[in-house]
Amino acid sequence: MLNSKIPAGPLDQKWTEFKGHCKLVNPANKRKLEVIIIGTGLAGASAASSLGELGYKVKAFCFQDSPRRAHSIAAQGGINAAKNYQNDGDSVFRLFYDTIKGGDYRARESNVHRLAEVSASIIDQCVAQGVPFAREYGGLLSNRSFGGTQVQRTFYAAGQTGQQLLIGAYQSLERQIALGNVEMHNRHEMLDVVVIDGKARGVIVRNLVTGELERHFGHAVLLCSGGYGNVFYLSTNAMGSNVTAAWKAHRKGAHFGNPCFTQIHPTCIPVSGDHQSKLTLMSESLRNDGRIWVPKKQNDTRRANEIPEEERDYYLERRYPAFGNLVPRDVASRAAKERCDAGYGVGSSRQAVYLDYADAIQRYGKGEVNKRNIQGATPELITQLGKEVVKEKYGNLFDMYEKITGENPYEIPMRIYPAVHYTMGGLWVDYELMTSVQGLYALGEANFSDHGANRLGASALMQGLADGYFVIPYTIGNYLADEIRVSNIPTDHPAFVQAEKEVADRIQQLMSIKGSQTVESFHKRLGKIMWDKCGMARSEEGLKQAIEEIRQLKKEFWSDVRIPGSIKEMNPELDKANRVADFIELGELMCIDALNRKESCGGHFREESQTEEGEALRDDANFSYVAAWEYAGEHNWNLHKEELIFEVAKPTQRSYK
Amino acid sequence: MEHYNMNLTLKVWRQKNSQDKGRFETYQVKNISSEMSFLEMFDVLNEELIREGKEPIAFDHDCREGICGMCSMYINGKPHGPWQANTTCQLHMRAYKDGDTIVVEPWRANSFPVVKDLVVDRTSFDRIVQAGGYISVNTGNAVDANAMPIEKDKADAAFAAAACIGCGACVAACKNSSAMLFLSAKVSHLALLPQGGPERRSRVLNMVAQMDREGFGACTNTGACEAVCPKEISITNIARLNLEYIGAGLVTE
Repeated sequence: MLNSKIPAGPLDQKWTEFKGHCKLVNPANKRKLEVIIIGTGLAGASAASSLGELGYKVKAFCFQDSPRRAHSIAAQGGINAAKNYQNDGDSVFRLFYDTIKGGDYRARESNVHRLAEVSASIIDQCVAQGVPFAREYGGLLSNRSFGGTQVQRTFYAAGQTGQQLLIGAYQSLERQIALGNVEMHNRHEMLDVVVIDGKARGVIVRNLVTGELERHFGHAVLLCSGGYGNVFYLSTNAMGSNVTAAWKAHRKGAHFGNPCFTQIHPTCIPVSGDHQSKLTLMSESLRNDGRIWVPKKQNDTRRANEIPEEERDYYLERRYPAFGNLVPRDVASRAAKERCDAGYGVGSSRQAVYLDYADAIQRYGKGEVNKRNIQGATPELITQLGKEVVKEKYGNLFDMYEKITGENPYEIPMRIYPAVHYTMGGLWVDYELMTSVQGLYALGEANFSDHGANRLGASALMQGLADGYFVIPYTIGNYLADEIRVSNIPTDHPAFVQAEKEVADRIQQLMSIKGSQTVESFHKRLGKIMWDKCGMARSEEGLKQAIEEIRQLKKEFWSDVRIPGSIKEMNPELDKANRVADFIELGELMCIDALNRKESCGGHFREESQTEEGEALRDDANFSYVAAWEYAGEHNWNLHKEELIFEVAKPTQRSYK
Repeated sequence: MEHYNMNLTLKVWRQKNSQDKGRFETYQVKNISSEMSFLEMFDVLNEELIREGKEPIAFDHDCREGICGMCSMYINGKPHGPWQANTTCQLHMRAYKDGDTIVVEPWRANSFPVVKDLVVDRTSFDRIVQAGGYISVNTGNAVDANAMPIEKDKADAAFAAAACIGCGACVAACKNSSAMLFLSAKVSHLALLPQGGPERRSRVLNMVAQMDREGFGACTNTGACEAVCPKEISITNIARLNLEYIGAGLVTE
């Protein structure tokens, strides 16, 4: 049975009540308790530094060469917080409500409310660490707006907010390392959780430089290992981002929550060819000023600038007059796919739409002419001034586009297409962020908890830091208070020996296949199955085919993969093989989950469940639950349902028309 | 943008591990699209090598969008290759033409030992940060974020310094293998902000001492670091670092 351990009482008192009554661990005992943290992104680094400060003995692991490189660093736009510095009507309740609604009523109210409550403290903490957020001339913090909200609550540092927040958390982590409270292990990958008497007691990790396996004991294990968007092969995730840590936990008893909930971001640079290794996001903020269009004529091969205004279809403005180009991510992505599938796509691949700044340049140019009181300005001058304004606002993004495509977006409309960006699904956790395995926690993108079926922009950074700085320091004590009598379990305990043997055997098996196909080729094929059949639109027939194809792919992988080199050395192909093997298993579960959820909600669009106008149709009567999947052996899962109860935010059908 | 394909000759540094002596190997790569990124060209080569039963080339990379700082190739004598304000992962093949020869090496510095092929160990940078590259504030100690207004110009300058991605190109470009641009970016970031004030003196002294212990060379103001920095960290940060260092030394002694 799932017990989400939601505290009793009114929604806005639950967290206060919990903090007032949870168990505490005294400082002398904290020194004896060891905590293992996997991953050093915003969730992992903030948790490691905060727990180190409290006095716990922390061991942190990351697969990169430094904890500062975790993929949180690539987040561009910003971080939300209910500070109401703009006096525009924001509040904890509004942030809570926007997040629940944006998630299409598939998130747990109590967790989301807590997230909104602690959001303001995150900004305070980051500023105290020296995070250089954007400021106004008066010296106070600046805000901007983001999709899905009507207030300005997003704090930012140019287009590098994730970088600055991660550097802040990284510096705090390095300070704890210097003080001896955290022991850092770079270039290590977790390959199993050790469970003793039903409790997580340690991990097996592989040193990616020497290839040696290591055993590490901990009174608790925190997985802060990020999302699994790379199951699609092409995504905006870093090349190394993977599901392995979460998947091993799943196989050891941690339920996987809503695995099919994937966020496909509408504005990414399109695929240029088969060589493509990853996709690059263009910040959502570009939709504030850019207009999205395709030609009105099918298979139009003219260049963008040759297509006259009346032959352009601004399809978002046409379909959604109320929100226009600023509809939420899931809606914008589906609309782009619909146009391209119908034959209106642009560029050589025909899998792209235009994001056009020509109007914005003119509008800003005229504004500048007025501001500077220039009489009889020529069209050239207006254009030039307009470009200068756009450069100041979006210059780094335009430069990035030009580096990748070789095209100048000030002159030619950008070509964009949706790409996998974030996974709302993840390990199922209770209110205290504990998975269904005692003492095993999941934080940040690795858990399923706060974003329902669709995440709002600038909320991922908020959640990662909320979990690490302000939630886990309280909730872990509630568990560890009962563990103070457990002395360190020596790592020659049979459970450690057995876990290490299983990991070693699997690596040995992978290396001994000596087949003919590369790991990369399997990953690409998996990605294609997932993108075509479990991507932006899903159908019963397609998902059933996908499950069969993935099972076939798994057989082929385990009989024909070729991994060069040897085990006891740095071997990136072997690292990749370990990850791809897990992605294949996850892919199957994602399709099973998508097949089970016959409704459309958020980023999950079932073709069978749509309105006459082609909009997503939710089915609250039958699917208002979290699907928590329990691993039950190869190709087998048991479904547990956590009913979602909305006491405060009453579900309504989303409309952006 | 016109697309074209090219054939290239690559001379790549191969080194089995930190003990191995290492050598250049020559590879021919064919039909490389001008739309590929430089690392995608390496992916193509590696797939080819695996199919031929040879060992692929190890190189560091992760985000592939110029922000994580992991990629680190020394291309035709320049860290991160020919483009300005650019990382290796952002370099695209339209920078090259059919028939070109490209020499690729790892970062070269005693403080960045080679791990394998093009992969180096940059943990010395982490240890420099451990020596004081932070503000000592425990979680929960913070006052309201707007309690202390900060001049916009100073906040912007702190941000410009904090944009450093810690890739180490500055060290690789420097004839002395100096880490002064990296260190000065961190010292500047924190010295420009009032929150960094209380630890200003001890920070700069301890971080410089750690940099020296790691074996990085001294700065002789040639400016190679600034020229190759993918995030355009300014050499004026080094001037600020020197000022901070001298000031701290005077007071402490």
